[in-house]
Amino acid sequence: MAKFSRKKGKGTPKISTASLPDIIFILLFFFMVVTVMKDSDLKVDVNYPYATELQKLEKKSLVSYIYIGKPKERYQKSYGSAPRIQLNDAFATIDDIPLFLEKEKVKIPEQQRPLMTASLRTDKDVTMGIVTDVKIKLRKVNQLKVNYSSKPRTDDL
Amino acid sequence: MPRREAPEINAGSMADIAFLLLIFFLVTTTIDVDKGITVKLPPWSDEPPPEMKLNSRNVYSVLVNANDELLVRGEPMEPRNLRENTKIFIANPDRLENMAEKPTKAIISLKNDRGTSYEAYIRVYNELKAAYRELWDAESEKVFGVRYEELKTIPEKKQVRDAFPLVISEAEPTSFGEE
Repeated sequence: MAKFSRKKGKGTPKISTASLPDIIFILLFFFMVVTVMKDSDLKVDVNYPYATELQKLEKKSLVSYIYIGKPKERYQKSYGSAPRIQLNDAFATIDDIPLFLEKEKVKIPEQQRPLMTASLRTDKDVTMGIVTDVKIKLRKVNQLKVNYSSKPRTDDL
Repeated sequence: MPRREAPEINAGSMADIAFLLLIFFLVTTTIDVDKGITVKLPPWSDEPPPEMKLNSRNVYSVLVNANDELLVRGEPMEPRNLRENTKIFIANPDRLENMAEKPTKAIISLKNDRGTSYEAYIRVYNELKAAYRELWDAESEKVFGVRYEELKTIPEKKQVRDAFPLVISEAEPTSFGEE
């Protein structure tokens, strides 16, 4: 018993913090891997509609994004407030879509090309006119896999 | 020359550096879930589609007009009732004269105006898809004892889907109410 009591008298031993950096590094690597740097600067306002029948887009590299929405306020002076299309970082017209998709297509290996998906990130207040025009263009260039980006809805209609 | 011992590097600030980086990545991370309704568009053809004689009892016409109102077979309907009514139309449990002869013959015809809001369109499209998904779930439950999502093999999924094939035909929108 004497042995034990002597030890107690020395006070609590210091906890080694040497492994703290390692822990932090592990966290760091986790976030580095999961981080998707915002690839395009949005120039249009996009609020997704709500839906329940959602499917996840698996391979990010196979997805090309088409944004449709009203230009943000600071662009409204030069571009007006009517809904516009944005591809990559710039405003575009419907006629730019085929070239845009072609450029995306050459980036990916040939056997995966049929799996390409066009993700329509459309604002919920946009009217169907522009969406229909985009859809027709997509059909003309044979980009038939389309995903309407939406947020999950939990409440009833 | 006397060999000097290499001085120990103080690793205490390592944690700070790592923390800084960690915070940077925490802030820039956008856990941006890429989810949405997946659809397959029909291929484009310049020729007008061939005239098809369809028995009108097999066609469920759904129209979302420029005021975001829903008209089903010419009658107004609340969006929240659309899912149930669509299911009844496809499955036709009471063998009614004006509903689909059999699920494989049922066709949903979706039409909208150019002035329809995207939100209303997605809401209706979602309900139609949900109706099919619920039918698939029920069929899968009956045949395999599990929900459609949980089916493992593609032939099983195909069997369920073939019992209730999803046919949503979208007509060209009328140019009504565009801004």
